[in-house]
Amino acid sequence: MKKVPDSHGRFGPYGGRYVPETLMPALLELEQEYAAARKDRVFRQELAYYLKQYVGRPTSLYHASRLTKKLGGARIYLKREDLCHTGAHKINNAIGQVLLARRMKKPRIIAETGAGQHGVATATAAAMFGLECEIYMGTEDMHRQALNVFRMRLLGAKVTGVDAGSRTLKDAISEAMRDWTTNVRTTHYILGSVLGAHPYPMMIRDFQAIIGQEARKQILAAEGKLPDYLVACVGGGSNSIGLFHAFLGDKKVKMIGVEAGGTGIESGKHAARFFGGKPGVLQGTMTYLLQDDDGQINLTHSVSAGLDYAAVGPEHSLYHDLKRIQYSYATDDEALAAFDLLATVEGIVPALESSHAIAEVVKLAPKLKKSSVIIANLSGRGDKDVQQVARMRGVTL
Amino acid sequence: MTGRIESTFQRLRQANKKALIAYLMAGDPSLAETERLVLEIEQAGADIIELGVPFSDPIADGPVIQLAAERGLRSGTSLRKILAMMKTLRSRTQVPIVLMVYYNSIHAMGIETFCRTAGEAGVDGLIVPDMPPDEAGPLKGPAAAAGLRLIFLLAPTSTAERRSYVAKESQGFLYYVSLTGITGAKIQNMAEVGKNVGKIKKVTTTPVAVGFGVSTPDDAAQVSAMADGVIVGSAIVKQIAAHQQSSDMPKQVGRFVGTLKAAMDRAAHASAG
Repeated sequence: MKKVPDSHGRFGPYGGRYVPETLMPALLELEQEYAAARKDRVFRQELAYYLKQYVGRPTSLYHASRLTKKLGGARIYLKREDLCHTGAHKINNAIGQVLLARRMKKPRIIAETGAGQHGVATATAAAMFGLECEIYMGTEDMHRQALNVFRMRLLGAKVTGVDAGSRTLKDAISEAMRDWTTNVRTTHYILGSVLGAHPYPMMIRDFQAIIGQEARKQILAAEGKLPDYLVACVGGGSNSIGLFHAFLGDKKVKMIGVEAGGTGIESGKHAARFFGGKPGVLQGTMTYLLQDDDGQINLTHSVSAGLDYAAVGPEHSLYHDLKRIQYSYATDDEALAAFDLLATVEGIVPALESSHAIAEVVKLAPKLKKSSVIIANLSGRGDKDVQQVARMRGVTL
Repeated sequence: MTGRIESTFQRLRQANKKALIAYLMAGDPSLAETERLVLEIEQAGADIIELGVPFSDPIADGPVIQLAAERGLRSGTSLRKILAMMKTLRSRTQVPIVLMVYYNSIHAMGIETFCRTAGEAGVDGLIVPDMPPDEAGPLKGPAAAAGLRLIFLLAPTSTAERRSYVAKESQGFLYYVSLTGITGAKIQNMAEVGKNVGKIKKVTTTPVAVGFGVSTPDDAAQVSAMADGVIVGSAIVKQIAAHQQSSDMPKQVGRFVGTLKAAMDRAAHASAG
């Protein structure tokens, strides 16, 4: 498979750099700095050090034997990104970008967050390096993820609510981009997923690719062969591309990206871009979007704040068109059932985002032979979702 | 080829005057009102009209224009309806009109269809705030064929390299963003604006208009001494919102535009004398 993106940040027809001129010099600078950092042995060693000693990598590849037995089909492995410091894969990218911000001598960090995981990861990395940090978050998401809002504040970050549009991730990104446009000289914007203008989708993929690099070695050690399937949830798509990337050249490894089906595709209340979306430009990049005939962006819905977004990373759009990755969706109800299942069968409370991947495993595993192997990315833990799920079930804590 | 934009700048230059470029959000509060407003502010002294196309996620805009876009969308405004209105408007005025339109609206309609329809409707140029010239390749041919000028932006952060590149690509005029920020913020440093416009003028003969952050007649007068044109957006949109309940809203907005133009003309007169 050809290496993407090209020098213009294009993944086939997708990606690019659709931003106001004010940001162009910053994006060009970031691209150069990132290219230099990648070649810099000191930077690579520093990143490796923090990933090992601070984040706790490598994360384990856990054979979920009780879940395997219960579903009665393929052998199921979970890549335990939930065991990372701060509880999700987001920290892999946040550490990488904070190190870059230091190289660029930018004293201030901003970020958007949906579920709050990226916000917490960024606030954490900023605290560790003593950088000023402001997080933008939709007020609807602040309500859903009150615990993470408090965590970010504990870590010394300023959390600013965004009361526009659907009051979710999309609006938080727009507001963060406006802040960056205004304070670009002193501020680095740590985008949290493989979205936005070049070089973000490439750079964030590279920082997350460690997930798949580890998983590939681990599964070869455990099973002596490559997996038959990789499964991961897709919001912007960073945990999925992180797991998939090291396997893209392995033609026999099938990959499934699971989008948020909300209350069902027919209901219109979902965030499944490959089921009803079409290509367009949003927040810096050309990609599949949920939009109306006039190109206005649709409101989305998902029980999980981290998947509740109208666009998908441009690299996913390319692999969708090439049919290299298959995309499916799980509804809110399916995700909640998977959330319960993993908690009771394996003693792991998954994030509602990751529960979408588990929901796909529940459908897929029984259809496969017992000799087949599935790796699902358990991208985050569900502690942050406990309050929300309790509320949905009428339980007062 | 000389179009309405070029002849406007030519006419003003001969009269030793500067262009007032007035921004309206199409469909705020309704397209019928937008039509009245265009005619009214032309009467009041606007030399070029910049018509915003409401978009759900306007990343380059501050709160004033964001709210105007929401009002525009609520009144049922779409790009197709704006272009239909433009066609009737063209039978009543020859004032140059440029659209400020986010790229996804163009992409959703289809580049070819959009350019053809806009050209036929009498649109003179396009400002696409989320499309730097680096990404404008697919738009160039169809826009040229339809007689649409592609107006690009430069910012205080632009490097010398980008100044030359963007200046070369921009047609009709160059839009200099006066501040590092979004629409509706306040210009902090007039001297820096003058210095940067001077740098741009060294690399191009295309007229330079300055926008973002020009809100009062005094701002307009000061900026007009430095550039070929002054773009006023949020301040006009605020007037529209403030007088929304009043039946002579367009007249009131026209009066405000008149004060901007008068201040610019006084400044031109003073510098000539």
